[in-house]
Amino acid sequence: MLRIDRATRDAIVAHAKRDHPDEACGVVAGPVGSDRPERLVEMVNAAGSPTFYEFDSLDLLALYREMDDRDEEPVVVYHSHTATEAYPSRTDIGLASEPGAHYVLVSTREHGNNEGPVEFRSYRIVDGEVTEEEVDVVEQLPAPTVPESGE
Amino acid sequence: MAIEVRIPTILRTYTNGEKAVSANGDTLAALIDDLEANHPGIRGRLVDGDGDDADLRRFVNVYINDEDVRFIGGLEAGLSDGDQVVVLPAVAGGC
Repeated sequence: MLRIDRATRDAIVAHAKRDHPDEACGVVAGPVGSDRPERLVEMVNAAGSPTFYEFDSLDLLALYREMDDRDEEPVVVYHSHTATEAYPSRTDIGLASEPGAHYVLVSTREHGNNEGPVEFRSYRIVDGEVTEEEVDVVEQLPAPTVPESGE
Repeated sequence: MAIEVRIPTILRTYTNGEKAVSANGDTLAALIDDLEANHPGIRGRLVDGDGDDADLRRFVNVYINDEDVRFIGGLEAGLSDGDQVVVLPAVAGGC
């Protein structure tokens, strides 16, 4: 199950609507091992395409360095589909390389840049195997069970 | 000569879970061959083809000291002692 706070979910949806008809993409980082999507990082779709997304290679390096420095990992990797359902495509599955992440798919096919509900679905993609999971949207993530160290 | 190579999560099955390993080589191609000698199978995840036909796989990014190797010679990019190499799979997809 993916548990995500409403503000982060809404921000992902807003990003997808804003970038429509191109695909939008990004991550939500969180402390390593916490499974808490805490810090939204919108990424530029270097492909600038309605049918493809790719993080720019130098942006990707900067993102992973930053997460490393903060003891974070990508808890959520998200992107939008702009003309098809919010289900991982064959390409999405073939290129999925974060077996620990929740892959979130948003579809803007119905309302595009406009107001209106969007499909927001989450999957695990491990070794080419897709498993859809429940999305639990909460007002606020519960307090971490283990106090964060480093203070 | 020792070069630190940072390994992404998905390739750590080849490195006994290590996040970084040490390897040798004066080009990226030689470094990857050295990695393969100690971590069999890893080369095929980074490179397609052999010899003159070898090329980095399209959706694998390799950086030498924060530069994308595609802009500095690809597999022929030079390395020296103390350089840091980072491997990151592309985050990409499409419908």
